[in-house]
Amino acid sequence: MSTNLVLLAVFMFAVTYPSRALGLLTPGLDRLPKVAFDYLQLVGPAVLAGLAAVSVMVVVGDDEVPAFHVGVEWVAVFACLAIVARRRNLLLGLVAAVAIVVIAREAGLAALPS
Amino acid sequence: MSAAGFGFVYGLSAREAGFSPVEAMAMSLIVFAGAAQFAAVGYVASGLAWPGIIILTALLNARHLLYSAALSPWLRDVPFARRAGMAHLLTDEAFALSISHFRRIGRADERGYWIGAIGSTAIPWNLATLAGVLLGAQIPDPARFGIDIIFPAAMIGLAVGLITGRRELVAAIVGAGIGVVVALATSPAIGIVAGGVVGPLVGLFVPASLAHETAPLGSEASAEHYAVPGIHADPVAPGAPDP
Repeated sequence: MSTNLVLLAVFMFAVTYPSRALGLLTPGLDRLPKVAFDYLQLVGPAVLAGLAAVSVMVVVGDDEVPAFHVGVEWVAVFACLAIVARRRNLLLGLVAAVAIVVIAREAGLAALPS
Repeated sequence: MSAAGFGFVYGLSAREAGFSPVEAMAMSLIVFAGAAQFAAVGYVASGLAWPGIIILTALLNARHLLYSAALSPWLRDVPFARRAGMAHLLTDEAFALSISHFRRIGRADERGYWIGAIGSTAIPWNLATLAGVLLGAQIPDPARFGIDIIFPAAMIGLAVGLITGRRELVAAIVGAGIGVVVALATSPAIGIVAGGVVGPLVGLFVPASLAHETAPLGSEASAEHYAVPGIHADPVAPGAPDP
C-alpha cells in the first residue's frame, strides 16, 4: 500500500497550521494590508472553479497532448452548480450530477471515460 | 451529518484519484481541511508537482489566519498548549460554530469549542473518509457509477458557495477560463495554477463600490460559506459585543 502522499500531507499541514495558530498564539496578527485580505478572499473561488473546469473540459490522451473535451460531464457539473446556487445544498448537487452521468452512460448517450 | 457525507465523498474521490487508504486518511487526520484536501486530489491527479500543491494549499488555507485572529480575544486565557491544540481543529465549521456560540453566551466556552470542533467535524469527517476510501476500493469500475464526476461537481459546488460578491464571481470565471486555456496550451497542472493565481488578480480590479460583498473574509458569514454546506452556525444575537 502506497504511503508516498503521507509526506505531502505533512507538508500541507506545515503550511496550514501556522495560519490556524498564529492568530491564537500571537494576538494582533490580523493587521495585514487590505489588499492581501481581498486577494485571499478570491483565491478559493478561482482555484476551485479552475479545478472543476479543467477536470471536465481538458482530457489528456495516450499521446500526452491535452485536448478539449465536450460531454455529458458538462451537463452534470452545470446541474450541480445550479442546484448549489439555488438550494445551497452540495450533497443534493452531487447526487444530481452522479445521476445524470450514470443515466446517460447506461442509456448509451455518453461514453465511459477512457 | 453533512461533514460525514462530504467526508465520504472525499474518500471516494481520493480513492478514484489513486490515493491509498493510508494516504487519504493521512490527509484527513494531518491536514484536516476539506477544500484543500479536495483540491489536493485534483492536483495529484493532474500531476502537479508537490511545491505547487504546497503553495496552493497555503494560499487556500491562509484564510484561517483571520479566523484565529478573530477568536484570539475570546481564548486568550486558555493555556498556550491547549490553544496550540485548538488551532489544529480550527476549521471553517469550528470557527462559525464557536464564534456564534461565544457571542451568544457573551463569554468564551473552551469545552464548547472542543465539543463543536471534534464532535461536529473531526470525528465524522475522518470516519467518513475511511468509509469512502474503503468502499471506493471495492468498486471495480467507478466510472459506471459516476464516481469520476464527483470531484469536478464538488469543486464547482464549493466554488459557488464561496461566491459572495462580484469580485469572487469574476475571479471564479477568469480562474476557470485561464485554467482551461493554459491547460490546453501546456498541461492541466499548469493551467490549474495559472487560473488560481491570475483569477484573484483580475477579481481585484472590480471596484469595491461594485463588488457587493456580503461576507468579508474572516467574518462569520464568510466561514459559513467555506464550511460544508448544510452545517450552519446559530444566528448571532444582534448587537452581541466582542470581548
